[in-house]
Amino acid sequence: MTQPAPPAQQDAPMPAAKSTPDKGGSRRPLGLRMDVRNLSLLGVLAVLVAVGGFTKPDEFLATSNLQLVLTQASVIGVVTVGMTFVITSGGIDLSVGAIVALASVWATTVATQEFGFAGILFTAVVVGVGCGLVNGLLIAYGRMVPFIATLAMLASARGLALQITDGKTQIVTVDSVLDLGVRDAYILGIPPLVLVFAAVTVIGWLVLNRTTFGRRTVAVGGNAEAARLAGIDVRRQRLYLYLLSGLCCGIAAFMLIVLAGSGQNTNGNLYELDAIAAAIIGGTLLSGGRGTIVGSVLGVLVFTTITNIFALNNLESAVQQIAKGAIIVAAVLVQHRTLRGAGEA
Amino acid sequence: MPEIPATSRRGLLFGTAAISAGALLTACTSNEPKTEKQPADNAPVADDKPGKAVTIGFAGPQADHGWLNAINVNAKSRAEKYSDVTLEITEGSNDTAAQIGQVQTLINKKVDVLVILPADGKALTQVGLQAMKAGIPVVNLDRIFASPQAYRCWIGGDNYGMGLNAGNYIGEQLKDKPNAKVIELAGLDNLELTKQRTQGFDDALKNYPNLRKVARQAADFTVESGQAKMAQLLQAQSQFDALWNHDDDQGVGALRAIAQAGRKDFLMVGGAGARSAMDAIKADNSVLKATVLYPPTMAASAIDLARALGQGKGVSGMAELEIPASLTLYSAVVTKDNVDEYLPTGFN
Repeated sequence: MTQPAPPAQQDAPMPAAKSTPDKGGSRRPLGLRMDVRNLSLLGVLAVLVAVGGFTKPDEFLATSNLQLVLTQASVIGVVTVGMTFVITSGGIDLSVGAIVALASVWATTVATQEFGFAGILFTAVVVGVGCGLVNGLLIAYGRMVPFIATLAMLASARGLALQITDGKTQIVTVDSVLDLGVRDAYILGIPPLVLVFAAVTVIGWLVLNRTTFGRRTVAVGGNAEAARLAGIDVRRQRLYLYLLSGLCCGIAAFMLIVLAGSGQNTNGNLYELDAIAAAIIGGTLLSGGRGTIVGSVLGVLVFTTITNIFALNNLESAVQQIAKGAIIVAAVLVQHRTLRGAGEA
Repeated sequence: MPEIPATSRRGLLFGTAAISAGALLTACTSNEPKTEKQPADNAPVADDKPGKAVTIGFAGPQADHGWLNAINVNAKSRAEKYSDVTLEITEGSNDTAAQIGQVQTLINKKVDVLVILPADGKALTQVGLQAMKAGIPVVNLDRIFASPQAYRCWIGGDNYGMGLNAGNYIGEQLKDKPNAKVIELAGLDNLELTKQRTQGFDDALKNYPNLRKVARQAADFTVESGQAKMAQLLQAQSQFDALWNHDDDQGVGALRAIAQAGRKDFLMVGGAGARSAMDAIKADNSVLKATVLYPPTMAASAIDLARALGQGKGVSGMAELEIPASLTLYSAVVTKDNVDEYLPTGFN
C-alpha cells in the first residue's frame, strides 16, 4: 500500500504524470532559455577576456595562460558539475570542500602512498563516494534536510581530515602522480587535468540532458511529489545524486593532489560556496527543477578568469575581493536583463 | 510505490565490496613512519635540577596547520622533560569565546602559571588581565595582548625581522646584478603579521638600489593557495631574479607550481622553517635556497619561562634576577651552510 496522498492532491497523479512528459515535450523552449542564459555569461566572459587582453596583452593572451586558467578551473569545475546535479534536484551539498579535504588527506598518508598511483587514485575516489553515500543515505532514507545533513558532513569530514593529518602537510613523493601536473605530461598542449575536467563536463552534460537519470533529476527538483506519483523512486534518485557529488569530489581531490603535490586538511577551503556560486551564476535554479552543466562550467571559467586577470595585474587581495563581489552581482544582473529582453523573465 | 527489496544479490555484492574497500582504507589512515625528534631538547635554559613543582596551564589555537602543531608538540615535549612540571593543556580552539572559556577554566583550576597563545591576541586581553589579577603570571606566546598588564612576559617571533632578513639575504645574493627583479608571495593579507613581514621585506630592499619589487600576491598559508597564486605570478612575470615566500607550508604548493611551469631561473627564499623546506635547501636541487625562521621552539622556551616564573627563578646566562618582560626571537636565515644545525627544529 502506498502512502495516502494528502486530500488536496487527491487527483494529482494524472496531471502530474502528464506534466513529466510535457517537460520533455517543451524541451526546445527550455533549451532556448538556457542558451540565452549561457549566451549572456559568454558575453561576460568575452568582456573579461577583452579586459585581460587590453591590460596585459603579452601575458594574458599567451597559450600558457589559457592552459593555466583551464588548469586552475579544473578542480573546482569537477566539483561544480556534481553540485549542479544536486542543486537541479532541489538539494544542496555543503560538504564538497570538506570531502575534497578528507579525500586528499586520506589519499596522501604515508600508508596510502606505499600503494603508489593506483592507491592514491583509488582512495581519493572511494573516500569521496563513501562520504557521498553517507550524505545520500541520511537525506534520502534518514529524511534529513540536505542543508543539515551535508553541514554535518562538512564538520565531521574536516574534523577527520584534521585528525588524520594532525595539522601536518602530507607531501606526495609518488613521482607518477606529480608528473601528471608538469608541462611534459601535456597531451597536444592540453594539461591532463583539463582533459579530466572536459571529460567530466561532457559526461555530466550527456547524463543530465540525454538520459532518464537526468530527466528524473530535473523532475525530482521540479516537483518531488509529482515525480513520486509519476513512478520515480525519488529517494533512490536522491541517494544516487549525493553519491555522484561525492564521486566528483573524489576525482577533484585526486586532481588537487596532482596540482598541489600534497594533502592538507585545509584543502578545498570554501569550495562549497564557489561551486554553488558558479552553478547559480550559470543559470541553475537554486530551488531545483532546472540545471545547466554548460552554464556551471562557464560560471567557473568566469571566476577563474577574474582571479587570473587580477593576479596578472598585481592587484591587492582586498581589491580582488571587492571586485569579485561586484562582478558576481553584475553578471547576474546582465543575465536577468538579457532574459527579460528575450521575453522570458 | 515500488519498495526496495530488503536484500538482493547485487546489494550483497556491493555491500561486501564497500566493506572490503572500507577495511582497506582504514588501514591507510596511518601516518606512523615519521620519526619525531623533538627540537630544542638539548638546550635547556634554567637549571635542569628538579625544583619546586609547577603546574603550567597551556591554551593555544586549534593546531590546524604545521606550525601550530609544532607549537603544541614543542610545549608538550619540553614539559615532559622536567619532572617538576605538570602541563594542563586545553583542546585548541580558534573561537575566541571558546578560548576565553578554556583560559577561565585553567584560572579556576588554580594553575601556577599560564602560557597563552591566543587565537586573536587583542580579543583575549581581558582574560589575560583576569589571570594576572588572580595572581597567576601569564606568559603570552607570540600573538600579543593589547595591554602589557595582561602578561608577565611576552615571547614571540619577529615578523618584521623575517621580512628584513629575507630581503637582506636576497639583496646580498643579487648585489652585483643590475636591475634585479624581486617578487613576493605573501601570506593571508587580513593578518597584521603579513603586513609586518611585507614592511620588513620592503625596508630591506631599500638597502639595495639595484633591486625592484615587481609583483606581490597574497596566498592564504595553504598549499592549494600557494600553488594557485604562484602559478599566476609565474605567468605574470616571465623573468625575475628572486622570490620571497612568507610561509613554507604554502611554499610546498609554490614549489609545485614552479616545477609544473618548468622554471629554474631565479632564487627562492622561504619562511617559517618547515622540515620539507629545510630538506629541499639541504638537497640543493630546487630554486629554494634559504628560509627565514619563525621558530616554533618558542613554545618550548615559553614552558622554560613559565617554569622559571613558577619557581621564582631568573634565566641562566643573564645577570637579571627576574625573567625579562618581553623576548623577541631572531629570525635566522637557514641556508645550505647551516641547515644541519636547524634541521631538528623543522616542522612537518
